[in-house]
Amino acid sequence: MRAIKHMRGRTVVLATRDIDTDQIIPARFLTSTSREGFGKNLFHDLRFHADGTKNRDFPLNHADARGCKILVAGNNFGCGSSREHAPWALLDYGICAVISTEIADIFRNNSLKNGLLPIVVDEKTHAWLSGNPGVELAIDVTASTLTMPDGRVVRFPIDPFARFCLVEGIDELGFLQQHLARIENFEETRSWTP
Amino acid sequence: MTGPATLFDKVWTDHIVTAETADTPAVLYVDLHLIHEVTTPQAFALLQEKNLAVRRPDLTLATMDHSTPTTPVSSFKDLAIVGASAANQIVQMEKNCKSFGIELLGFDSDARGIVHIIGPELGATQPGKTIVCGDSHTSTHGAFGALAFGIGTTEVAHVLATQCLLQRKPRTLAINVDGRLPAGVGAKDLILAIIGQIGVNGGTGHVIEYRGDAIAAMEMEARMTVCNMSIEAGARAGMIAPDDTTFEYLRGRPRVPQGVEWDNALARWRELSSDDDAYFDKVASISADQLQPMVTFGTNPGMVIGINEPVPDGSGDPSFRKALEYMQVTPGKPLTDTAVDVVFVGSCTNSRLSDLQQAADILKGHRVADGVRMLVVPGSQSIKKAAEAIGLDRVFTEAGAEWRESGCSMCIGMNGDTVASGQLSVSTSNRNFQGRQGIGARTVLASPMTAAASAITGRVTDPRTFL
Ligand code: SF4
Repeated sequence: MRAIKHMRGRTVVLATRDIDTDQIIPARFLTSTSREGFGKNLFHDLRFHADGTKNRDFPLNHADARGCKILVAGNNFGCGSSREHAPWALLDYGICAVISTEIADIFRNNSLKNGLLPIVVDEKTHAWLSGNPGVELAIDVTASTLTMPDGRVVRFPIDPFARFCLVEGIDELGFLQQHLARIENFEETRSWTP
Repeated sequence: MTGPATLFDKVWTDHIVTAETADTPAVLYVDLHLIHEVTTPQAFALLQEKNLAVRRPDLTLATMDHSTPTTPVSSFKDLAIVGASAANQIVQMEKNCKSFGIELLGFDSDARGIVHIIGPELGATQPGKTIVCGDSHTSTHGAFGALAFGIGTTEVAHVLATQCLLQRKPRTLAINVDGRLPAGVGAKDLILAIIGQIGVNGGTGHVIEYRGDAIAAMEMEARMTVCNMSIEAGARAGMIAPDDTTFEYLRGRPRVPQGVEWDNALARWRELSSDDDAYFDKVASISADQLQPMVTFGTNPGMVIGINEPVPDGSGDPSFRKALEYMQVTPGKPLTDTAVDVVFVGSCTNSRLSDLQQAADILKGHRVADGVRMLVVPGSQSIKKAAEAIGLDRVFTEAGAEWRESGCSMCIGMNGDTVASGQLSVSTSNRNFQGRQGIGARTVLASPMTAAASAITGRVTDPRTFL
């Protein structure tokens, strides 16, 4: 995985809460066997009308949302299914970080494994970001901080191991494989076998 | 382990290969890895890229359920897969299982079915096991006292390659359910009420243990319905301590230990309950006695009311208002006036024999209302066979419902079974998200009894009027 230490970008705001993975990438697009190409169907049924035309009211379709890398979303973003296609779609579209007051467990895990930053902030910061779309933010992964346009620095929680993997570009599978001898030992010495 | 432990603590501790530290997560061993066609192709590709084998194909079990059609056929060779990419996904699954040496319960297998239905059915799901699958409803298997949770595709690759996962220890949430479920009120109503009470994020970061008299009185199929929807409360796993009901369900199933091994397993399983003064990070309680049949009125499972209660107004919350607009429901009025277009009985939540039986008991001697399409999709081929053996299929078809092959079907709508835009579906599945059952589909989650009663009248209906 590519190392991610810093990131800078403008925000786009989706104020709705409980945005589930079926909204992020509807199930009918999950029949692909590749990790690529999901971006064109990101938020498909919100971005497009039934006749295929763009929904101009949807924030990602606003002219000034072009090139935005940071998604500010309502509480409990990414709830629902375990589909990793959700972070794949966001990344493929060009989103590099999601900011919310709460991010669902499996989505957060999946995001970290793909270099999409799940950032949880306090309600006050979130309310300000939601009310001010299009601002430029700087994210420092190593320091786990977000720098607001006025220079205020907001810390965000991140698992130290996940941060280490992001900053160093380390693949977790490689780390797991270093435990192979222990895994074998576990299998040989456990009191029962499945 | 020192000090009193929860059921979760016991299973967790029993599977630690390397303990977690402040800097690194635990390495957790996986006893059973279930896989299906939608969330695995990219994981197998990763293995191929890195030239890795599947470490324990013997602890891996595959089936096909999500993108497979459920149209009745006399031979599975005749099945027309919906769309070229779904067909390709299925071919890929067959290829991958073959080249990596994984047992696949494929089209030609009598044991095929929804992944969370067949694990328990075969007895592969057992107390004290760690079970994972690239699917969030893996929580279902927790009904047996297993620690079971959904993972993403990258993690599927991790488990395929190492049989382990990197995990931080989650917190615990005890949900006490006392009393007894009244007539006409089932496990589905209970779990919907729980989600309504604690919220769709009430369990985030936690493993739930369901306990209390009402849980102890439940059969295994009902317990699975409860654990199945733990994820709808944000919890990755839900567990129930195994007891005699669990052991009787498992006894004699094809993949449980036999003979003296069974006795050993039983002795081990009997230790699997939370100690009396075990500590839970959070506790919630609910009484089963007062419960009514529950129905969802919005676009997440936490937006749920008793069937005769008025739809709340959400006090100006814009997300709430949007959900009501999408659902075309009016605050202040109950859902019981709402016209129904489709009724779906199926999914890993409610497609077991007892679910079908409950729906059939209500439907018997009635007809599905004019203009309503009712689809009954058994969770597995063996449930289908068992239901046919006791004539349930005829109850459904004589009433005018469709009786299908097994699969996820209208729960996810990626296999040809969909609800049309604007139509209202009363569904026994687990997600009423926008578009989940088809673009623009409006989903009301309910129990099999409520679904059957609604099929008869063509309106959302309290099943107790048919008891
Ligand atoms: S029935 Fe629905 S929820 Fe269950 S595994 Fe299939 S798609 Fe997922």
